[in-house]
Amino acid sequence: MLPLVPSVFGSYAVTLFTLIFFYGFLGQAWNIVGGYAGQLSAGHAAFLGIGAYTAALLSVERGVTPWLGMFVGGALAAVLGTLIGFLGFRFGLRGFYFVLLTVAFAEICRIIVSNTEALGGAVGYYITFTGDPRQFQFQDARAYYYVALVMMLAVTGIVAWLERRRFGVYLSAIREDESACEALGVNTFRYKMLAMMLSSFLTGIGGAFYAFYLFSLQPASVFGIPLSVEIIIRAIVGGAGTVLGPILGSFILSPLAELARYYFAQGGWHGAHLVVYGLLLIAVVLFLPEGAYPRLARLFRR
Amino acid sequence: MLFGGVFSLMAVGLTLIFGVMRVVNFAHGDMMVWGMYLAWLMATRGGVDPYLGFVVCAAALFVLGFVVQRVLVQRIVDAPHEMQILLMLGVALVLENLALLLFGPEPQRVRSALAQSTVWLGPVFVDVARLIAFAVAVLLTLLLSLFLYRTDVGRSIRAAADNPYGALVIGTDVRRVYAVAFGVGAACVGAAGALVAPLLPFQPPMGLQLSVASFNIVIIGGMGSLLGAFVGGLIVAVAESLGAVFLKPSLKELVSFSLLVLILLFRPAGIFGRRAS
Repeated sequence: MLPLVPSVFGSYAVTLFTLIFFYGFLGQAWNIVGGYAGQLSAGHAAFLGIGAYTAALLSVERGVTPWLGMFVGGALAAVLGTLIGFLGFRFGLRGFYFVLLTVAFAEICRIIVSNTEALGGAVGYYITFTGDPRQFQFQDARAYYYVALVMMLAVTGIVAWLERRRFGVYLSAIREDESACEALGVNTFRYKMLAMMLSSFLTGIGGAFYAFYLFSLQPASVFGIPLSVEIIIRAIVGGAGTVLGPILGSFILSPLAELARYYFAQGGWHGAHLVVYGLLLIAVVLFLPEGAYPRLARLFRR
Repeated sequence: MLFGGVFSLMAVGLTLIFGVMRVVNFAHGDMMVWGMYLAWLMATRGGVDPYLGFVVCAAALFVLGFVVQRVLVQRIVDAPHEMQILLMLGVALVLENLALLLFGPEPQRVRSALAQSTVWLGPVFVDVARLIAFAVAVLLTLLLSLFLYRTDVGRSIRAAADNPYGALVIGTDVRRVYAVAFGVGAACVGAAGALVAPLLPFQPPMGLQLSVASFNIVIIGGMGSLLGAFVGGLIVAVAESLGAVFLKPSLKELVSFSLLVLILLFRPAGIFGRRAS
């Protein structure tokens, strides 16, 4: 059904769905470490930023196609993910301390990039639009739509596959009771590291899409905490640690954010959609702590 | 350096809330921003100087903190950390963006008659406003410790922090104490907001940065330790101004974040904290 949307609806729907897929992709990538393994990373913007800047620089300065550059960006993001994971898990940082470690690394990245002239500094880095598909640039917005759709389906496929494997089971077990896992002989450090690496790699790939969809990168928005929050909130509202949760979350929140931005911002009502986000987050924590998807799934099973 | 006093006051508020109910107030910086805007409202509408108005800001934020605790935080005191963090993040989003809706994104500044004058203090020029902000912040921190150690309410707050069940057994209304502690913590940061309002332009999105800055300080000083928060505030202020002098002003935050990472890894209980069980 989804592949048919562009031919039926107008261009605004195409933009909207592209964003739904893209944030669904990011939420799903976060879900691996934040949802399944229960390690609340609030610094995923750092991975996205690294992927975005890497792909953009490689393409603009060296002429390397982003189709390849996105994997280089993903790999570099995974290097940072490995470092953060190693420090966080090796030194046993949990809960708030782990959150703060991830935030600190994202902020350090933001400050460094803002102060690096070669990367455009605080003003940002801009990509000139050429419309060359080999450089991940498309005249037709529908191309982005399909790329984002494929990305979202691919990562969801990966997560669905992992969930059934031993790896996924271990991750959920770590989330539920880490010490019990260790007592049973599971190498929790190893599985948390793998989850972090995979999650950061995928988020880095997402960064390349971000760069070539928006054509401008500002350190404050690409590496900023608000972006990390945007990613987390979709997974949490939809249902962290479930295959369809982050996707559902994106279907709920992305249109809300877009419409609010479109209508409220015109009336000078800045921040209205974020108030709604905040209220939703509070409501979900208090009344629906497992997220929307598990509740819906139970309703339909009856 | 003189900002250190205000940094300290805001961190003291955060550490009080954490020390008592083990909840990290992610809306801390946004509460500070509300303190700033209240000072601004009073100054522009009523002509009240922020260096008097901070008392009203503290009182208003006390009420806000009390209500937030009663209505929301009380329900998740025993929930997993992740849930608490997400709830407070929700509160932070609401507070920050309500400020954005009401006051708009333009940076504001409060004028105080004192902000223009300077005095010679030994070998250096000092802003009177900064000096007052520093002195009042230190005074409030001292008052807070007197309150905690010398009054009945203060003693019951410390009792509930040490052992909530024990406090409950001897007849303390722990839920009420929690709400009061949250209110006092919010009042600290509200006063801190009013005190810095004349010193720097502010806008709603600053809340998040201020929250992160106070987390930095509290972690560096030691979660839950009042002395740690106070000294941590001074340390971070000095480290940032040294960073601004020796590196680049825009790199000064890098210093405190690097300090944070090091402390997290090698001394997660902070400089003055006891290791959390």
